[in-house]
Amino acid sequence: MSLFLIVALPFLGALLPGLMNSAGRAACAGVTFMVSLLAFIGLLTHLPAVMAGELVTARLDWIPLLGLNVTLMLDGLGFFFAMLILGIGLLIIAYARFYLSREDNMGEFFTYLLLFQGAMVGIVLSDNVLLLLVFWELTSLSSFLLIGYWKHLPEGRQGARMALTVTGMGGLAMIGGMLLLGQIVGSYDLSVILQNRDMIQASPMYLPALILILLGCFTKSAQFPFHFWLPHAMSAPTPVSAYLHSATMVKAGIFLMARMWPVLSGTPEWFMIVTTAGLITMVLGAVIALFKHDLKSLLAFSTVSHLGLITMLLGTGTAFGAMAAMFHILNHATFKAALFMSAGIIDHKAHTRDIRRLGGLRHLMPVTFGIATLAALSMAGIPLLNGFLSKEMMLEEAAHTALFGMPWLVPVMATVGSLFSAAYCFRFISHTFLGPQRTDYPATPHDPPAGLWLPPAILVVLVVAIGVAPFLAEPFIKVVTASVLGDAAALPTAHFKIWHGLTTALYMSMIAVGGGLLMLLIYKPALNIWDKAPRPEAKHIFDAVIASAVSLARRIIAPLHNGAFTRYAAIMTVTVVAVGYHAWATGTVGAATRSVQPANLVQIAGWLMLVAATCGLVVLHRNRLLSLILIGIVGLVVSVGFVFFSAPDLAMTQLTVEVVTIILLLLALNFLPNHTPVESSVLRRFRDGTVAVAAGLGAAALSYHYLLRDTVAPSISDFHLANSYNGGGGTNVVNVILVDFRGFDTYGEIIVLGIAALIIYALTETLLDGPVRARLLNRKPDQPRAGGMHPMMMVVVTRVIMPVVLMVGFYIFWRGHNVPGGGFIAGLVVSIAVVMQYMASGFNWTSARLRYPYHGVIGAGVLIAGLTGIGSWFFGKPFLTSDFTYVRIPPFEKFELATAALFDLGVFLAVVGAVMLSLESFSRLSRRAHVTDSDQPMDIDPSRDDTQKAEG
Amino acid sequence: MEILVASAIGILTAGGLYLVLRLRTFPVIMGISLLTYAVNVFLFASGRLTVGAPPILGDATTYTDPLPQALVLTAIVISFGMTAVVVMIALGAYLGGDDDRVDDPAPEDAL
Repeated sequence: MSLFLIVALPFLGALLPGLMNSAGRAACAGVTFMVSLLAFIGLLTHLPAVMAGELVTARLDWIPLLGLNVTLMLDGLGFFFAMLILGIGLLIIAYARFYLSREDNMGEFFTYLLLFQGAMVGIVLSDNVLLLLVFWELTSLSSFLLIGYWKHLPEGRQGARMALTVTGMGGLAMIGGMLLLGQIVGSYDLSVILQNRDMIQASPMYLPALILILLGCFTKSAQFPFHFWLPHAMSAPTPVSAYLHSATMVKAGIFLMARMWPVLSGTPEWFMIVTTAGLITMVLGAVIALFKHDLKSLLAFSTVSHLGLITMLLGTGTAFGAMAAMFHILNHATFKAALFMSAGIIDHKAHTRDIRRLGGLRHLMPVTFGIATLAALSMAGIPLLNGFLSKEMMLEEAAHTALFGMPWLVPVMATVGSLFSAAYCFRFISHTFLGPQRTDYPATPHDPPAGLWLPPAILVVLVVAIGVAPFLAEPFIKVVTASVLGDAAALPTAHFKIWHGLTTALYMSMIAVGGGLLMLLIYKPALNIWDKAPRPEAKHIFDAVIASAVSLARRIIAPLHNGAFTRYAAIMTVTVVAVGYHAWATGTVGAATRSVQPANLVQIAGWLMLVAATCGLVVLHRNRLLSLILIGIVGLVVSVGFVFFSAPDLAMTQLTVEVVTIILLLLALNFLPNHTPVESSVLRRFRDGTVAVAAGLGAAALSYHYLLRDTVAPSISDFHLANSYNGGGGTNVVNVILVDFRGFDTYGEIIVLGIAALIIYALTETLLDGPVRARLLNRKPDQPRAGGMHPMMMVVVTRVIMPVVLMVGFYIFWRGHNVPGGGFIAGLVVSIAVVMQYMASGFNWTSARLRYPYHGVIGAGVLIAGLTGIGSWFFGKPFLTSDFTYVRIPPFEKFELATAALFDLGVFLAVVGAVMLSLESFSRLSRRAHVTDSDQPMDIDPSRDDTQKAEG
Repeated sequence: MEILVASAIGILTAGGLYLVLRLRTFPVIMGISLLTYAVNVFLFASGRLTVGAPPILGDATTYTDPLPQALVLTAIVISFGMTAVVVMIALGAYLGGDDDRVDDPAPEDAL
């Protein structure tokens, strides 16, 4: 199966659980299981190639200019991790099916799980570090969703947030490290990076890159001092804990250290940082685990400890250490997942995970007892179980490692770590299962159905099988180790055996197990000492750090960003003016290349009108109706200006938009107060005035400057002028640009317009459904109402004029391609005609005669424009390529038919629909219950019965 | 003539900004409308000013720059849509809170 498919399957499959949710829990889990199984089988098809030492690759260029390509590779290491992720994933899915209760949304859970699975598989198969980073961040996000799956639990939410913060910050550091690495090598392809050990280690950027990458790995794999998030993530459902914290997410950091091992390891820096962090984590985790009472917390800290062990092994930088690390990853994944699932079973059946309330469960839950005991003994390092083998190898490696020039340090620490490790394993077994049966369990525990115990049982079979016959796992682990080592070191020749003779490691192991048993005997006094000893609480420190970061950010942001719109506007204006002034003062300005055109009296008069209206608007803005009239004057002068400066299309558009805008604002003013009160102080008005005048001067100076200079580079407009008729078939270049050259822009714009109208409609609906409705119904108009609702003169005139306006609209539409006009203007003209019907004859009358809803008109417009664009595909042309021809139907003149006209029809419909939907929404607000909009379109109608009666 | 257009842009900008900095929704909307005019004329003027040469192909030898016109044409229509949305939001806020102030006193934990 293609590597692409293996990575893509979980992501694609993530769509299914949500869809199957209503089909029942079994179907939902079943489809998830099938998706994972497919990917797993696909992975297994590559097993022969991987065992033969081949490298399976797949490549797809994504953004080659950035060096970001979808390149995947599958070698021993990638196969090993992918197998753990998918294989244990299958068991977890089966387990979760029975673990989750009926109240839990299973579709949501499995969607998150598959997303996480896909991201993890992506990490381990990536051959491009940038792609790897994308998947890395995806695991942080999807694990956040999984850890916080029980949204009703505050611990779940806090734990998820902490995990996201810590791993997310590590991810950020790692992005920096990976970019540095890519810069050193000159490629972001892992396979290239891995070939350049000497170049990387000789680079001065090696140490920064190493530290940044290790920050990413340590946060993800919960290494000291970032270990604290993992126990808090235990508030997740147990299947999540078993999956994320045994086999997958926390192993991602380990995976990356192993992946980068050939190029990063072997230096003193690597050895110091990685070995020390691993050693501290291993001992610290083991000690804390012994004194935890929550089963999952105990397991969480034991995971931290074991991750430290693996990190330490990778840190030693020897081939044997790497092989031991790989072997322990396999062993840890098997026994730890089984242990987490057992803890989940106990929690599920006894309704508590507190080890102090348990004990004596061996007769009540014999199957669980068997599974958990075997797994825990393996973790403790008891012979004939797999944990013993890799622990022996670890001790062997530790015995030969000297840190800080002290040859005894690592062996002693490793033995102490193993001792505590053995102790908490024995405690887990004895305090949960052994001892007298109790009578005060929160619920009477019993063995679960097979669905819950079978998945851990399968893992325990592996634990025993590898433990008894280690040679079964040896070839596979050696292939994995070979791909970790790359060309950096030779594969160790040591064989996996249960009995190596009386070696140092065996003595260390015996001390550890014996000491562990002893520790269990003196557990009570040890616990007393532990409880009395002062310890820093990680969560408090974390919360304090976060709180101080938040308050720092608040202190910086609050003065700039206090939620007041006027403040942003002022700050932004001042910034723009200052930056513009700086550019002008420091840059060079060329001499004027255009001559000033003379102005005559008419133009000066128009300018004076504009200035007077604008100044009047500023001074008189408190009278809102008056300001509406003044802004109308501004709009008219601007329209006239467009006519004068050779822009007839703009003038027509501006004029028609002006009409609908004023109607809109009048409708709004119907509700808003008519007067703006004086609120701001004189000082503030002076300040605002200064800011505004400064910006105005800047805008004027900039405009004046460029109006007197030609463009620096030749404009593309000449192309449009030259090709408008020959290529687009129209002589109105503006219209041809809109519907042809830049048709795609226009298409986007009508969609935006339609969306704006729909927003207005949606807001109106929300307002009318909410508490505002009652207020609207009880509203008393503060202005005297005009006497006649539907004056006869206006009704008659608008009715008569309607066909004429439609005709004009039709005319403007058709001529648009060659002379000023087109879909936008025609749409606005027709809208005005329809609005006039509303105004004259009333809302009811007009709505009753409305055949198509305005949403539909918008949709039809966008659809027609889009289909016109798609139509050109059938002729093998790109989207929105237009074509035209000339036809002659007697007795008419020869005329042009262009596909652009069809596109323009879409524009026309979208504009009509959008304008009408906006205005109609506003007028719907003003319809009040107690003022019945008369059914009669005219107030006075001699032919009507009631009028006759009234007269009679 | 250039000075007339440039000063008009400046005056529209200044007036618009002054109104945008007011404290009630309606003057702010008026200010945004004035700014819209200023920006549209500014964009239009980037094609430089030409009298009596509309971009309608015919026998003429010179035409004005059609590209800014096409850009401004859609900008005018879109600005109607945007004004309508802003007005609707202002109206909803006023009807919902019986207050048309732009700057609500920010709650302490707004961040």
